Amino acid sequence: MSILVDKNTRLIVQGITGRDGGFHTSQMVAYGTNVVGGVTPGKGGQKTDDGVPVFNTMEEAVRETGANASVIYVPASFAADAVCEASDAGVGLVVCIAEGIPVKDMVRALPYVRERGTIVVGPNCPGVISPGRSKVGIMPGNIHKEGNVGVVSRSGTLTYEVVYHLTQNGFGQSTCLGIGGDPVIGTNLLDAMALFAEDDETEVVVLIGEIGGNDEEKAAEIIKNGYPKKVAAFIAGRTAPPGKRMGHAGAIVTGGTGTAAEKVAAFKAAGVEVAEIPAEIAEIVSNLL
Amino acid sequence: MKIHEVDARGIFAGAGLPVPPSILITQSAEARGAAEKLGCPVVVKSQVLVGGRGKAGGVKLASTPEEAAEKAEAILGMDIKGLTVEKVLIAKAVDISEEFYVGMVYDRVTRKPLMMISPAGGIDIEEVAKSTPEKILKVVIDPIAGIMPFQLRKMSAFLTADKAVAKQLAPVFNGLFKAFMDVDSSLAEINPLVVSPDGKVWAIDAKINIDDNSLYRHAALEEMRDDSSEDPGEVEARDSDLSFVKLDGKIGCIVNGAGLAMATMDMIKYFGSEPANFLDIGGSSSPEKVLAAMKIIVRDPKVKAILINIFGGITRCDDVANGLLRAKKDLGVDIPLVVRLTGTNAEEARVILEGTELVPATTMEEGVKKAIEIASAS
Repeated sequence: MSILVDKNTRLIVQGITGRDGGFHTSQMVAYGTNVVGGVTPGKGGQKTDDGVPVFNTMEEAVRETGANASVIYVPASFAADAVCEASDAGVGLVVCIAEGIPVKDMVRALPYVRERGTIVVGPNCPGVISPGRSKVGIMPGNIHKEGNVGVVSRSGTLTYEVVYHLTQNGFGQSTCLGIGGDPVIGTNLLDAMALFAEDDETEVVVLIGEIGGNDEEKAAEIIKNGYPKKVAAFIAGRTAPPGKRMGHAGAIVTGGTGTAAEKVAAFKAAGVEVAEIPAEIAEIVSNLL
Repeated sequence: MKIHEVDARGIFAGAGLPVPPSILITQSAEARGAAEKLGCPVVVKSQVLVGGRGKAGGVKLASTPEEAAEKAEAILGMDIKGLTVEKVLIAKAVDISEEFYVGMVYDRVTRKPLMMISPAGGIDIEEVAKSTPEKILKVVIDPIAGIMPFQLRKMSAFLTADKAVAKQLAPVFNGLFKAFMDVDSSLAEINPLVVSPDGKVWAIDAKINIDDNSLYRHAALEEMRDDSSEDPGEVEARDSDLSFVKLDGKIGCIVNGAGLAMATMDMIKYFGSEPANFLDIGGSSSPEKVLAAMKIIVRDPKVKAILINIFGGITRCDDVANGLLRAKKDLGVDIPLVVRLTGTNAEEARVILEGTELVPATTMEEGVKKAIEIASAS
């Protein structure tokens, strides 16, 4: 198994004729992802260089291709609408790569898609990959390897760094999921943990957290109360000063809460080993398996 | 983006909140006239974008126009946490018999707007949150339906038993929610919301932060921007579409991705040194962005080595390599550069950097250790 994406994923790329959308469509096709179509309003009827048909609307794209997932590379001001359009067209999974979306737009879009039973990953995230099966996003495919470690992370390149060490040390991944750095996201750390809990293939879950919010503390609580998978963790931002936004809209220590120290302490209290540096994750996983 | 109290008061007043009248001045000579027009007593309030203005002496009460002029004279030009006070708000003073706190943020867990209220308002609200959390009521609000009448009743009852006061609170909650949504706020606070001895409710302070991602659709709010409370490097970085935070150490960092950038800082500390900054060059990086990043970092005289840590996904390592060489030449950078480039087009980058003075590293750990070694040797 794996979570969210696999060989049965039939993907539509929203914003396929844009610079990023076009580039990553080629990358996903080369990886083996089943990209069945793309959407750019006004450009329906074309085919991309990879031979992917372009449609004007998600409704048409889903009707013509039987797609069950979409990935979004449209500009921020149109992205929340694209999420809703995909959900309305009936896809079960929307992965929103687009960054810079106003929080209010997502706050309004998420209840709409939830009502229609669609899972949203992101926004402002690297996407989801089930190595060897399907890559939906912007992560470099070649650093991944099939295996039984589930990875969930709030950041992009830091996930690559951790995955790179895992793969180098022989630990493949069931699914790697970047949930995004915004304060309001479709799938949070806890949702991802719940998905991995149900996955037979996943034996260890690696949680990569960072400063801001208290999802990590909540995750620690869940682990304490009995989580079916073994867990290893890493927290970024131990040196981050309070009150300063560290890139991500969500990564900020406010009013003395959301610090790395609190998150590390919560994990340790739940019996989860927390890596001091990214390379240590592989060691911890090795001890758990 | 933070905006000044005077602008936040304007937004609140526009949403129907009871905000006492006020006049903004920049010269102490204007204070007397303002106070006369408003009627004394007045409060003289420094307009700087930092917390704790009152504790720093930047907020004073004046009972006569003469006193208002004296206080304005004292406050204008005052230094509050490194910022010079250039504007002062003269606001009609309100006698206080009760102080409440009312604030709004987005709640990550429910993914909805969240209103927080407390009968223990005032300057120590953070202490209240810590030591007596039962004195704070949190109410999740449906973004489409707004605040339901039953929620309004519950919130009013949490703050007061006085029906005449409660009646005035409902429009305050509704107005705050409206203002919060209308301006794409990420934080909106009235602290304190007060009840005067004659039973009237007043919002006597106002704080609003705006979601930076929404500014493309709020030209009028963008004009309220005041960069003076920010580090000049941070302002310049934002203009170049970089994310930068100035810190105090010897090792400059250029990294792609916020998480990796934080992890790089953490690793520098872990191996015994201190980072000079947080800098995320973001996803699609051009050589120009690398040049802009370098420009900001080399200005810090404390920086003894610069570590470039790139894990290429969208970011192409050859772009970064070209940017580094250009920066070194154009800016005449003589600070040693330690470069770790992995991922997309790393091989091309390696070829570009071969035979240059740049110090290569194959892993993040090696890069960090080399940068620390170089920085401590100089």
